[in-house]
Amino acid sequence: MKSRNALSSATAFLAASLISGAVLADSIIVQSTTSTKNSGLYDHLLPMVEADTGVKVNVVAVGTGQAIKNAERCDGDVLLVHAKASEEKFVAAGFGVSRSDLMYNDFVVVGPADDPAGVTGSNSVSESLEKIASAQALFASRGDDSGTHKAELRLWKATGVNPDESSGTWYRETGSGMGATLNIAVGMGAYAMTDRATWTKFGNKGDFQIHVEGDTRLFNQYGVILVSSQKCPSVNVDAGQKFIDWLLSGKGQNAIASYKVAGNQLFFPNAN
Amino acid sequence: MLIDSFFEAMTLIGSADPDLYEIMLLSIEVSLTALTVSVLLALPLGTLLAISQFPGKRIVITCLNSLMAMPPVVIGLLVYLMLSRSGPLGVLGLLYTPTAMVIAQILLITPIIASLAHQTMEDLHLEYSELFQSLRVTKIRAVPVYLWDARYSLVTAVLAGFGRAVSEVGAVIIVGGNIDHLTRVMTTAIALETAKGELAMALALGMILVAMALLVNAAVMFVRTFAQRNAYV
Repeated sequence: MKSRNALSSATAFLAASLISGAVLADSIIVQSTTSTKNSGLYDHLLPMVEADTGVKVNVVAVGTGQAIKNAERCDGDVLLVHAKASEEKFVAAGFGVSRSDLMYNDFVVVGPADDPAGVTGSNSVSESLEKIASAQALFASRGDDSGTHKAELRLWKATGVNPDESSGTWYRETGSGMGATLNIAVGMGAYAMTDRATWTKFGNKGDFQIHVEGDTRLFNQYGVILVSSQKCPSVNVDAGQKFIDWLLSGKGQNAIASYKVAGNQLFFPNAN
Repeated sequence: MLIDSFFEAMTLIGSADPDLYEIMLLSIEVSLTALTVSVLLALPLGTLLAISQFPGKRIVITCLNSLMAMPPVVIGLLVYLMLSRSGPLGVLGLLYTPTAMVIAQILLITPIIASLAHQTMEDLHLEYSELFQSLRVTKIRAVPVYLWDARYSLVTAVLAGFGRAVSEVGAVIIVGGNIDHLTRVMTTAIALETAKGELAMALALGMILVAMALLVNAAVMFVRTFAQRNAYV
């Protein structure tokens, strides 16, 4: 009797989840990045989106590289990431309808308070990275093909240093998300590059502080793309477009600007 | 940190936070569903392997035992590739639903329960088979006897399966996506809090998860003690 009850409730649960997976017309999957999710931005925006448009938004937060791959496999209706070159490639290959600038924030280089490479206060990111390399100070890299990782590699490229050659010595690739990498960096006293939003909201800072900020090359642009229904017939075009239109509207842009942690604005809307 | 987390856990439970209960409930729901299906698959499989003879049986058993070492992340990837919209079962639209997490957990724990059940049943079979043969009891008739005799070991096997299912994070975060109010369970919530650097909160959730497992195990222990006491009266 007992086992029959368990079985029937199991069957009912399976059936219910089957239905919920297939029928909810106004729910979409957004493939997005850990930086936007961990900063709490979606918790701020999504209730407003649901109230205004009736669209239920489900966010899957992974690195930008993985988010793009997942969207290419049609496992999402909207892509909201931060790696412009890869995003444009995604659209050019026909996976996305079009790309819109949504908002930006910036990257910062954080590190231990005693600043072993002496980079604090610098506003030249190239110079700072070169100093870190020549001091062989520990540097924790994402190493996961995420938007932040790609941005970091672009910045290394502008210096004379090839960090790959030192991988495993002072240059340490964690292969993990932003939060996990920050935990590792704090744990071993390594410098790390992070988006400002994740850093502001991060709860395990230890004695770490921001050492390098303000260089225009640390600019971090987010874009939003509707996944193409020609490539992926499963895309909920209607609801996905509603979500994107809301984000790009005056109301959505104001909502992004109004998200603050400890009095600091984390994302700056810049849709055209 | 431990003390902080302990108080945080107490506060969380005391605050009756609906989000927390939703997450706890989903964890239990998903893992119990996976457990039910797994037991229905694993017990017959384990029994069959214990009492039957066929060529290649040892190879099947070795494979089954090796599957216990399957990393959850690999199971997650396999299920993801199957359920992905571009995968063979994509039309079902199951990716990023609780059902996807149930499927991953079934694949994860069925080998564990089947292996443990097989070993227990085989030991009994070796012990009783001569007696039963002399009494002309068929193998099919012997199965209920074995099941009854092995009930305590089998309950332990089932609990091992439950523990593995409810504590697993690598597979469910890939196929569930850790979506708030939809597929967020205790383990993926712990992963998220860790990523946010909220270590005390993460540890508090971990304590609550262990407490949940403790409740389940205590309930089973209670039933067992009760059954044992009644059996000897």
